[in-house]
Amino acid sequence: MAQFYDGDIEKSPRIPRLIEHLYAKLPVIEADRAVIVTESYKETEGEPVITRRAKAFQKICQELPIIIRPEELIVGSNSQAPRGCQVFPEYSFEWLEAEFDTVEERSADPFYIAEDTKKKLHEAYKYWKGKTTSELATSYMAKETLTAIEHNMFTTGNYFYNGIGHFCVQYDKVLKIGYEGIMAEAEEELQKHDVSEADYAKRSHFLNAVIMCCKAAIHYAQRYAMLALKEAEACQDDQRKLELLKIAEICAKVPGKPAETFYEACQSFWFVQMLIQTESSGHSISPGRFDQYMYPYYKKDMEEGRITREYAQELIDCIWVKLNDLNKVRDAASAEGFAGYSLFQNLIVGGQSEEGLDVTNDLSCMCLEASMHVMLPAPSLSIRVWNGTPDALLIKAAKLTRTGIGLPAYYNDEVIIPSMMSRGVTLEHARSYAIIGCVEPQMPGMTDGWHDAAFFNMCRPLEMVFSNGLENGVQVGLRTGEVENMKTFDEFYDAYKEQMKYFIKLMVNSDNAIDTAHRERCPLPFQSCMIDDCIKRGKTIQEGGAVYNFTGPQGFGIANMTDSLYAIKKLVFEEKKVTMAEFKQALKMNFGKGLSKEMCQELTTEIARSLAAAGREVGEKEIEAIYHTVKYDSVSKADQQKYDKLLEMINAVDKYGNDIPEVDAFARDVAYTYTRPLESFSNPRGGQYQAGLYPVSANVPLGAQTGATPDGRLANTPIADGVGPVAGKDILGPTATANSVSKLDHGIASNGTLFNQKFHPSALSGMEGLQKFVALIRAFFDQKGMHMQFNVVSRETLLDAQAHPEKYKGLVVRVAGYSALFTTLSKSLQDDIINRTTQGF
Amino acid sequence: MQLDTNYLQTTGRIFDIQKFSIHDGPGIRTIVFLKGCAFRCRWCCNPESQRYEIHPMRVEGKEKTIGKDVTVQEVMEEVLKDLPHYRRSGGGMTLSGGECLLQPQFASDLLFAAKQAGINTAIESTAFADFSMIEEKILPHLDWFLMDVKHMNPNKHKLFIGKSNEKVLENARKIAATGQKLIIRVPVVPTFNDTEAEILEIARFARSLQGVDSLHLLPYHRLGQDKYAGLSREYLLEDIEPPTNEHMQQLLEVAKTTGLHVQIGG
Repeated sequence: MAQFYDGDIEKSPRIPRLIEHLYAKLPVIEADRAVIVTESYKETEGEPVITRRAKAFQKICQELPIIIRPEELIVGSNSQAPRGCQVFPEYSFEWLEAEFDTVEERSADPFYIAEDTKKKLHEAYKYWKGKTTSELATSYMAKETLTAIEHNMFTTGNYFYNGIGHFCVQYDKVLKIGYEGIMAEAEEELQKHDVSEADYAKRSHFLNAVIMCCKAAIHYAQRYAMLALKEAEACQDDQRKLELLKIAEICAKVPGKPAETFYEACQSFWFVQMLIQTESSGHSISPGRFDQYMYPYYKKDMEEGRITREYAQELIDCIWVKLNDLNKVRDAASAEGFAGYSLFQNLIVGGQSEEGLDVTNDLSCMCLEASMHVMLPAPSLSIRVWNGTPDALLIKAAKLTRTGIGLPAYYNDEVIIPSMMSRGVTLEHARSYAIIGCVEPQMPGMTDGWHDAAFFNMCRPLEMVFSNGLENGVQVGLRTGEVENMKTFDEFYDAYKEQMKYFIKLMVNSDNAIDTAHRERCPLPFQSCMIDDCIKRGKTIQEGGAVYNFTGPQGFGIANMTDSLYAIKKLVFEEKKVTMAEFKQALKMNFGKGLSKEMCQELTTEIARSLAAAGREVGEKEIEAIYHTVKYDSVSKADQQKYDKLLEMINAVDKYGNDIPEVDAFARDVAYTYTRPLESFSNPRGGQYQAGLYPVSANVPLGAQTGATPDGRLANTPIADGVGPVAGKDILGPTATANSVSKLDHGIASNGTLFNQKFHPSALSGMEGLQKFVALIRAFFDQKGMHMQFNVVSRETLLDAQAHPEKYKGLVVRVAGYSALFTTLSKSLQDDIINRTTQGF
Repeated sequence: MQLDTNYLQTTGRIFDIQKFSIHDGPGIRTIVFLKGCAFRCRWCCNPESQRYEIHPMRVEGKEKTIGKDVTVQEVMEEVLKDLPHYRRSGGGMTLSGGECLLQPQFASDLLFAAKQAGINTAIESTAFADFSMIEEKILPHLDWFLMDVKHMNPNKHKLFIGKSNEKVLENARKIAATGQKLIIRVPVVPTFNDTEAEILEIARFARSLQGVDSLHLLPYHRLGQDKYAGLSREYLLEDIEPPTNEHMQQLLEVAKTTGLHVQIGG
């Protein structure tokens, strides 16, 4: 018998009404925060940066308009409009100003912005020129790094434009001792140190900043108490009046004081969660092990008869709705890469205690139930799986998966715990890991993981091998030699590895520059007071205050690179069916399938340069003529036949994803070209670099910047997502695919790997279907896979949703490490999801 | 007891191996399709399985060779790639066809090899073979016998399938008498056996057999139709619509009256 309740719980009628209100309109960009922060910065010119940050936060907490939405039980919104968002000019602003007039119409994540808001933001922005983190970061980057970024070798745009985020704070601590308790800790720490100490100036300013921020958070909650009281007085509905009075009572108490009931814990949790996201624009603020730190309050209330299970469920459901109320506007390019208005607030259930015992409880199941009730993308719900995970929990999770919402994502303790330990984490801490953002493991409350630090497109260095490092006449990569002259596959593969190492190095330079800029311009005292060991060390997390420090940029394109390099190995060097020159030509001509404008320009430049090198005079007229030839003279019939034959040969070569030992072993090695070099680098916070293998949704926009690849992938088409095979190339079903993916070394990718599978709903029908589905996950994990997530929706449904978006407003699908409303995604990303191989018949 | 490993070198003829089968026996399974069949069921969704000879078929506009001679070892290498999945789900290997019993030594050695590897074994079969062979070569290595019983009337059976049903029914009784675990499977084909009376008759027969665990009613589908064109053969059931869900539900209720566990689909 299970020691926890895993049954169904009825949904409160309040929940659908809250959701309806939330999604009634297009989200809105609001100017309040930007205006307040700008005013504050003007007032604090010349003061230490940490003090300025604290004062700005204080002013936000005092002045940001507050609102209680209809029927809410959990209150606290950082925007007036439902799903509205605030703006963070201290990180960057130019992109938004440039996109004022397009942000409403763009395909990925549109926002409404009022003329008045534009005016206010425009006014505020005048102050920020030359003062943002992004501008400072740029000035810290090496010249060759900037060239590489300009040529889309990798993108570090996430933290370049925004706050860092990507952590899980000590929610448990706030619940237990309140911000008053944290203030007391900071005071005590201040007393311990003498003014004569070398770092006293920095330490004392930081600790005072912490105290200021704690007071500000308490004040913010008090404002809600007052507002609730005021609304209660005016309320005609007796039931609602009582609810508002209760809200007033609770907000007057938490998060300043310790929570004593489950309701108080829920409200306290929520203030922490939302306030972090007003201090900084960093996303992936992940609640982590919610079922663990909330459980004592639930248990006590249940035991003392203060609460029913149904009421506890309603409160959890309310939090789930609120998590979807938070929003963030990104630049158009990033919005493509993180499509779906997602904030990646990852919340995980199940797993082990520090002592290695299973910790599944009622709340673990009630979190799954909450996602079934609200059917919304947030939280990014995750579940930890280990050998001791009860089947009942997994069956409950599989039932949620079956709804097609793409939740939960499944994580393997048996890989992640040793993986964390290999990075210097203690056994106890490793056992308490949570997932951040998409798929990144982290030790909650003590880590600055800098996950998601970059997207590294593994296909681009291969293009550099083919072009000898040259692009559009610029030396972007290394000169690794002309491919036609390479005698062995090893020589070719070594050239690829060299290019990889070079660009990894430049990416590290870029990340470290951004890291330094954040430390100098945007240290975050409020967040830091909830991460160990900042208070003890007297440092913000940006200065290395956390116990564990990492930087985790993610590589993607393993499947394309495996199939590409393997095809070259087989066709050029082993079977000698085609020469390297022919391959190079076919890639350049996109296998005769048409060239984009950029590719035409590239080809034109190249031809013009070689003509010039041969002593011919090449003027504007000639260049125009060459361009015309390149663009409009169609490929000759003979060439087209050659390309088609090559594509056929490529198709016949074995592909990753079909459980073929030789190919899968090769894939493992290809992944090492990214994961291994990265381990040797350090960040400015004294931490190590660690690789992730996943693209979020950037495989689509960054694929659009990538030429044809030797696996037969055409130019500008999406790159394979996650660590899975190229879409449509895995033809032996989900077990074969999973077996192949498990052959990668997931342990070394300690910043996370991402494996998508798409199932037809029929594969999960009945209890037997659920059991077999769970068996598939367990078997993948037995073979040391790290992560698995599923889209369970039929192709027909998705196609219909594309054609009739109005009928599918609520259709939630798995994108990458998160779920999103399908109809809010751009057309190209929708296509990518539709084209992922569907498993199960 | 076979002490040597010669059985791994036994060869046979297959035309497909299909992984992640979740509707044909317990757990996650791999189905090995053996080539050649004694029956010519008009609705057959694998018409390329019927002839023993290796021959071409047009698939999506391309010529494809149907059939391949392989050793037990080669098949097992492929089948055992999913061992972790069998372990977790209680699954294993299912032999299907064609009619796997038409290659008795190959089938026997495959089943033996699977049991040696510790996985569950099943066959999908018409049981149209010599009983003593089945008893001697197949049953000792078999966990589940999924047996097709398509009709109780010998004439109708002969008309739609090409062979009478006496041997099938006789073997069903004999196999059941050995204590073998049996599941009776009925393809429900309109105009052939989709009346309540016909299904009830089959269900009663199944009920009378010792060892029968359950009855599966498999609704006729047209997924194999294109293959007939690929083989330049005429599809004789052109005008037949698959049974409706409601009708299947009615048949299920009727079959249940015998006291058997009945389900729709495998």
